[in-house]
Amino acid sequence: MKDFQWRRFKKWWLIFPPYAWLILFFAVPFLIILKISFSEAAIAQPPYTAIFEYANEKLVINLNFGNYLWLFTDTLYLNAYLSSLKIAAISTTLCLAIGYPIAYGIARMQGSIQNLCLMLIILPSWTSFLIRIYAWMGILRNNGIINNVLISLGFVDEPIRLLNTEFAVYIGIVYTYLPFMVLPLYANLVKLDSRLLEASADLGAGPIRSFFSITLPLSRGGIIAGSMLVFIPAVGEFVIPELLGGAEILMIGKVLWGEFFGNRDWPVASAVATIMLLLLLIPIALFHRYQFRELEEKS
Amino acid sequence: MANVSKFTKIVLGFGFFFLYAPMLVLIIYSFNSSERVNIWADFSFKWYVELFRDDAIMSAVWVSLKLAFFSASAAVILGTLAALVLARAGKFTGKTVFGSLVTAPLVMPEVITGLSLLLLFVAMVNSFGWPQERGFLTIWIAHVTFCMAYVTVVVSSRLAEMDRSLEEAAMDLGANKIKTFIFITLPIILPALVSGWLLAFTLSLDDLVIASFVSGPSSTTLPMIVFSSVRLGLSPKINALATIMILTVLTAAFAAYYISSREERTRRQGELINED
Repeated sequence: MKDFQWRRFKKWWLIFPPYAWLILFFAVPFLIILKISFSEAAIAQPPYTAIFEYANEKLVINLNFGNYLWLFTDTLYLNAYLSSLKIAAISTTLCLAIGYPIAYGIARMQGSIQNLCLMLIILPSWTSFLIRIYAWMGILRNNGIINNVLISLGFVDEPIRLLNTEFAVYIGIVYTYLPFMVLPLYANLVKLDSRLLEASADLGAGPIRSFFSITLPLSRGGIIAGSMLVFIPAVGEFVIPELLGGAEILMIGKVLWGEFFGNRDWPVASAVATIMLLLLLIPIALFHRYQFRELEEKS
Repeated sequence: MANVSKFTKIVLGFGFFFLYAPMLVLIIYSFNSSERVNIWADFSFKWYVELFRDDAIMSAVWVSLKLAFFSASAAVILGTLAALVLARAGKFTGKTVFGSLVTAPLVMPEVITGLSLLLLFVAMVNSFGWPQERGFLTIWIAHVTFCMAYVTVVVSSRLAEMDRSLEEAAMDLGANKIKTFIFITLPIILPALVSGWLLAFTLSLDDLVIASFVSGPSSTTLPMIVFSSVRLGLSPKINALATIMILTVLTAAFAAYYISSREERTRRQGELINED
């Protein structure tokens, strides 16, 4: 009995540091966001009013729903949420369409060439993300490489606007997040038992039918994980729409940034973040279910 | 390569072109002497000289490197502990919550993480007066938090692949848990710790959004400087900086690839000899 308790104690000694860290610096901050989203902006340090006040033996709770009402009355926020979801969904689809054949191709390769191709896919994500977005600014500009080539070939007379468009944002997101799509897909496809495909071919299915009835359903886990790894961060993306999308492209990450750094309205920024988190709850749960199962399954 | 179809080769070729062409353009134009970034004048190292003379950039580089080093080191310790807990601690109360806390930072939009941590630091100052000033320390805390999730994933997959009978054999031979961990488990998962550390290092070096929220006026990281100058348009100095960063990563990656593939080859040869 004593030994049993001692072992439990040692186990908790192992669990405690990462658990405590994550609760304090990851879970608790969300509760604070939720709290601040119900306070009012004020010219003070910090710039919001207190929710709980205790004076004269009375506890006064000032819950302000104004921030949320404001988000629903001003169409700017609604449009920003919708446009973020749309841009993230389209980018995820594009990533999947480009990433699936790449992952499939690499999974079919052998030995050192497979490792090399895999490394070439991951490598860009080890270099600075900001720098890679910056590279696209130079390419898509009115006097950038694409326009210069198009003009010198005589396809267009004057430069077409590529930078500061939705198109540029799609390019930026696909470019940045493609490795995050390819990796889980690859990890999934490489485990695919090729005998299943042989069996299906023996039974008379063509390669297309085999793909849709065997390969695709079996790679569902990889598709979900990859898509969520692209979709969720893309919804809240700030740098890409800011640098490639220009002023007209509305995304909620940019709105949040503006509320916080521009307007210094912390409560509205918190309300924006809370709603964003609510919208992402289902995708995050989906991702977590897959990822956690993967971690547990292996061990 | 025999069973790779032509279609796959075309897709891969297109994919690699898409990934690498923009970086190549950046590198070429960093040697351009013209002030106008997209018009080629002459080959020169002018912007590299200017870059090294820029004190603001150089001190930001130093801050960012220090930050990345300390963040990666702490993230490896906490992330490895978390991976060990998930893989070895069996069932315990709150394991599902622990699992979601570990995986959620991987996908959480940066603006949310940044804002939530800033509000936490402000609330902490108000209730017990710490941290007095936002800066290096608060950015470090933020970076450790999101980097440890990546380390956990990398180390977990290595732990899952490893042969557990080695640990069992050591314990059968009388080693206790700590000894087994130090002499058996740790050497086996060491490559994962190294790649986890490197990944955390690059993630920390690269972060703009979270650091912008939690930093104070006294500490400016490299991405902040790059962002504020890029916002105003193209700058040849940034091209030079980008070239140095890209070439460093490329060299390190190919060196690591070369070493690991040579090791693999010797190992395979060794196995062949043993079989004989």
